[in-house]
Parts: sequence; C-alpha cells; structure tokens
Amino acid sequence: MENKDNRILTGAQILMEILKSEGVDTIFGFPGGAVIDIYDELSKTDIRHILVRHEQGAVHAADGYSRASGRVGVCLVTSGPGATNTVTGIASAYMDSIPVVILTGQVPTHLIGNDAFQEVDIVGITRSCTKHNYLVTKAEDLAGTLKEAFYLARSGRPGPVLVDIPKDIAKTGVQFTMPEESNLKSYRPTYNPNTKQLQKIITLIEESEKPVIFAGGGVILSKGSKELTEFARKAKIPVTASLMGLGAFPGSDPLWLGMIGMHGTFRANMSVGNCDLLIAIGVRFDDRVTGKTDSFAPNAKIVHIDIDPTSIRKNIPVSVPVVGDCRIALDQLNQMIGEANLGNIIKKRQKWFNQISRWKTTNPLSYKQKEAIMPQYVIENLFNITKGKAIITTEVGQNQMWAAQYYHFDKPGHFITSGGLGCMGFGLPAAIGAQVACPGELVVDIAGDGSIQMNIQELATAVQYSLPVKVVILNNRYLGMVRQWQELFYDKRYSCTGMDHSPDFVKLAEAYGAVGLRATKPEEVVPVLRKGLNSDKTVIMDFQVEREENVYPMVPAGAPLTEMLLV
Amino acid sequence: MTEEKHVLTMLVDNKPGVLSRVVGLFSGRGFNIESLCVAETIDPLISRITVVTKATESGIEQIEKQLNKLINVIKLRKVSGPKSVQREMALIYVMAKNGQRAEILRIVDIFRGKIIDVGSDHFVIEVTGDEEKISAIINLLKPMGIKKISRTGIIALFR
Repeated sequence: MENKDNRILTGAQILMEILKSEGVDTIFGFPGGAVIDIYDELSKTDIRHILVRHEQGAVHAADGYSRASGRVGVCLVTSGPGATNTVTGIASAYMDSIPVVILTGQVPTHLIGNDAFQEVDIVGITRSCTKHNYLVTKAEDLAGTLKEAFYLARSGRPGPVLVDIPKDIAKTGVQFTMPEESNLKSYRPTYNPNTKQLQKIITLIEESEKPVIFAGGGVILSKGSKELTEFARKAKIPVTASLMGLGAFPGSDPLWLGMIGMHGTFRANMSVGNCDLLIAIGVRFDDRVTGKTDSFAPNAKIVHIDIDPTSIRKNIPVSVPVVGDCRIALDQLNQMIGEANLGNIIKKRQKWFNQISRWKTTNPLSYKQKEAIMPQYVIENLFNITKGKAIITTEVGQNQMWAAQYYHFDKPGHFITSGGLGCMGFGLPAAIGAQVACPGELVVDIAGDGSIQMNIQELATAVQYSLPVKVVILNNRYLGMVRQWQELFYDKRYSCTGMDHSPDFVKLAEAYGAVGLRATKPEEVVPVLRKGLNSDKTVIMDFQVEREENVYPMVPAGAPLTEMLLV
Repeated sequence: MTEEKHVLTMLVDNKPGVLSRVVGLFSGRGFNIESLCVAETIDPLISRITVVTKATESGIEQIEKQLNKLINVIKLRKVSGPKSVQREMALIYVMAKNGQRAEILRIVDIFRGKIIDVGSDHFVIEVTGDEEKISAIINLLKPMGIKKISRTGIIALFR
C-alpha cells in the first residue's frame, strides 16, 4: 500500500499539498520566471487563480478576500519586481493586522547574492512590514515553513507572512511528510485574559456614570462582534469605534455614537472627551483617533483589552490593561456582568445619555446642499438603495471618510478600508478580493478620482473573471483630502493637488469591457446608482461632485479630540 | 521623562537574519543601541544577544514588548540588580614611551589586566570588568596616549 505521507514530491508539489491542507481555494497572483514551476503545478489543482494586473493588486485583493471571508488570503508572485510590487500591499495588511500569506519566487539558491536577473532581497525589504518572513534555503524545510507561515498569519494578532521560495527548491524532489500543527516555543499568544483584571472592569462599570466603549478592528478580527453587542446592551454603555472597528457594533443601534477620531462624529468625540470610563477593545490608539494624547479622555479611567501587549500603553496610559483575545474577554465579561449590580448606576447614567442626545441634536453629521452633486448625498443614497447591506471597500482620502460617516454598517466584514497605512489604490483590488470571497454579495468600491487611478488596471481583472464589482467615483478633480488641508491650514495654496486631467471614466470603463455611467446633476444621482447597482456587470459610476467640499467634523492634527472644526 | 541605561539579554534562534530583525526593530522604532554582543550559546541552535540601550521608563517597556513579539526571540530579560553579573572586555592600544612603561604596567596590574602585545613604543592591554572599571582604566591611560581601542560591549548573566 502506498504510504501517502512518505512520497517524493517537488517543492512546487509540496506547496500545493500545504495549500490544500490549509483549505486554500483561491490565490491572487501574477506569474514570472522564478515561479513558473509553481504555476505549472498550480494548473494541475482545482485552486482558483485570479490573475491580477499588478502585484500590489494581488496583495490588496488577498487582503479584501480575507476581510470579507475571515480566512487567510494568499498571493503568489515572481521574484524581483514581482516581489517589490507587493510591498505596499503587505505594509497595508500589516498595519491593519490582516492575515495574508505572500509567496514570492526567488532566484535559484546558488545565484542568491549575485545580483542575478530579477533578484531582490525581499525578506530584507519586508522585514519591518511583515509579522514574520522566511527565505527557504533547503527543500526539506519548505513544508514546515509554509505550515508555520499560515499558522503565524492567522493566530494571535494576525498579519502578513511572506515566504520566499528559490526556483531550484520549487523543482527539487524531497521526501514529503505533512507537518504537524506548528508549535513554536517562542510564540505563544495570550488568548485567555486574566480574570482578576476583568473583575476590575466590572467594578469600574458598576461605578461609572459616564462610560463609553471604544471598539476597534481587533473585535472584528477576533470575530467578537456578537459578544460586543451583547456586552454593550447588557451594561448599557454607548459605543464608538475606530475606522477599522466600523461594523463591529450595529450602526443602527441606539447605543451607537458613530466613529471616533479626526473625522469622527461630534457626539462620539465629545463623549470620549467627557466620559469617566473608557473601555477600549481591540484598538491601538492611532494618532488619527486620539488627537493630542495629553487631552485624550482626560477625565476617564481607561481599560484596554488587546491581544498584542505592544498595543497596550504604547500611546496612552491605561488603568486596567488586559492582554487577551477580544472575543474571549467579551464573552467572559458578559458572564460576569450578569451577576453585577448595575440597577442603580444605570439610573444615574440617564444624565449622560441625555447629554449625548443633546450632542447628537446640536451637531449631527451634516452638509449643505449646493447646485452641484454633494459627495455625501451620493453615499447617503448608496446606503438607502442598498439598505446598508453592501460590502463597501474604499480608496483613501475624502471618499473614505465620507463612506465611513454616511454609510452605516450593521455587520462586521462589510467595511474594508486601508486604515493604518492609508493606501490609495486599495479599494478596487480589495473589492475584487471581497467579490471573489462573497460571490452573491453586492460589493461597492467608494473611490476618488485620484486614488482610483492608482490601481485602475485591476478593472481588467474584474471583467476577466466576471466580477460584478461597482465603483462609485466621487470625482472632484482634486486630491481632495490634501486640498482640504491646504484650504484650511495653508491659506488655500493648492500646491499640486488639482487633477486637471483625468481619463473619461465612462469611456475608460467601456474600453475595459465594463459599464460606464455618469451623473453631473443631483437629480441624476439616484437613477445612475440604481442602474449601476442593478447591473450584473462590472460598473464604474462617475459622479462629478462639488469640487471644494470638505469633510467635517475635523480635528486638526495635534489638537485635542474635542476641538473640532464643524460645518 | 529621563532616559536611563538598560541591559537586555535575550535568547534567540541561531538563524540567518535574526540579528537583523533585532537591530532593525531598534532603528525602525527610533530606539538606540549603545552596545551589542552576539554569540552562540551551548546549544548551537540558540544564540544570546546582549543589548545596552538608553530609554525612558515607557520606552524600555515598549522595547521589551516589541522584542518579545519577534518570532525568533525565545526569552528576554532585563538585567539589573545584585542577582546579575555584567562584564565587558576592552583591548587598549596605548603609547608606552620610556619613562611611562613602568607606570602603565602598574595601572594594568591594579586593574588585573594583561599585556597581550608589546612594541618598542606601545602596549596592547586586555582588561575585563564592569563598565565603570573599563572607563576608569581608560581615563588613567588617556594621558599616555591611547591610539586605538576596541570594547566588546556588555555581556550579562543572572547568577
């Protein structure tokens, strides 16, 4: 009888075995000389390969795939330029803690270090923007390394892991045994939180008259949204979230405050500025969230739950640090809170809720209608028409902030954006990845005319695989967010932010084999959206919007969170 | 927020690129390395890295956490207090003219150093000790004319 786990396989065949064992059904990639053996083997499997048009797109697509599906995204590229093109995508996934495995080809081992054709030291280049990375130097190491790469990518605080595979290793035959689950003595993430620390949180909740929950991407990554919702409702605590945390708590819930931060809602920022207890879960207190750190939540005791110890006390001092998995911590808090004595304190919180309502009424998110199409109006209608059910990806800048403000998310995995790195060109490939992961869902990329052009070539990918992603371009012919800063802080000196020439996006869409639509007047917005969203094709909708509209509220960089510029 | 000196000792995987991860973490996150010492341990699969750094209280907390987060760092400890021993070695090339040679030999003797090379006008001195001792002998030899010096940086162990 053939011993299935004692065969001689080439490196490329071993890779396929590991991919199958990890349940990988889709790879985003771009072939080349150093990975030609791997591609040859790939063609013999039923793993789906999505051929992108640029390797940066492959990583963003794997990132979007991961966020929409909750699984590890995988991409495969060649050595040299193929590898260097992935760097921006890797850095974005790293900042947002997205589990992606990047497989890069490398020149044969005997040529490494010789400045060979299409050689770069990609392990050296990506050392600081991956969770971990490997150069495989022996075929015998390949299986274990790949298994470890997947394990590291998805466990603990997730992140991108790169494996660099020299061409000769892909071709070399070695004895293959399926490795056991990785067990690294130097890597033991803490999942279970300290119960005593959790008990301290309960005590603080029992005493707090003005509490706020601040949720981040960690809640979504730990799949703890349900537990968060239960926790907030049981403890009667209003909830805000970072950009990465949108969807962790239902945007339609009365306890929802809106997003926190530089472009957060007035009531969210005021609530954090005035609360006496801030329960931060799965966040890292980015500078775009805190504003001036000295005046961040100045009157509050701060509780911080996160799986990564480095996030705790990095930017903000905390009263109760808790290292652990957000979902597990919330689940245990929910059990504890059942026994807590909250009756009296919840009565006392009425004043706090009244205050929050006043903040909501005095300064709601708003904009003034003008003759031209208002970008916020486009998003509002997109939200209404899709009933808030679409998966939204974004580019970066004003389009991203308006999407975060005016599209309300009830579920996790429905808002996919490059939060930490703020990487223009993210939205379209991420939408492609999300659409591959969720074929039945409506996936919409909210874009600006600037950022859509950074990875516009991926339109060909969407059309080739009949992926019906919808691109909503808020076209103001400016690099809008930078222009906004120039208007507000640089005396309107619009240095190099005018996009005076862009392609005709309708014709461009048609040239790629997609559908192109355009709206130039407010009354055309709804019909164009309806037509575009109802199409079963890849669609670009070009909304020619008010050119100099700003995103408000805005906390100027370095100012306290409660000092917002308002409409 | 004053910066203080801290000695960190860590066991790491003895693999290519591991030192680069440790050093890259310091430079990438704006921390300083005052000295650095690396060599294999008794287990050829494991190396020990000793780093001396200057940081504030919150800074050293972040450095320790970030180092612990590196996959190849197996164990990390901050070395301080009477339970630890710390040593450094220095090779000092000092000018030794007639009339000064006896004085130099006396200093070396007091510091329990060794002369490991003698020339017509110089000595090369080997001395080990804690950082203060090394600095002290350097200060004493300075007037004779130190031409070159090589210090290992601190290595440390817990008792």
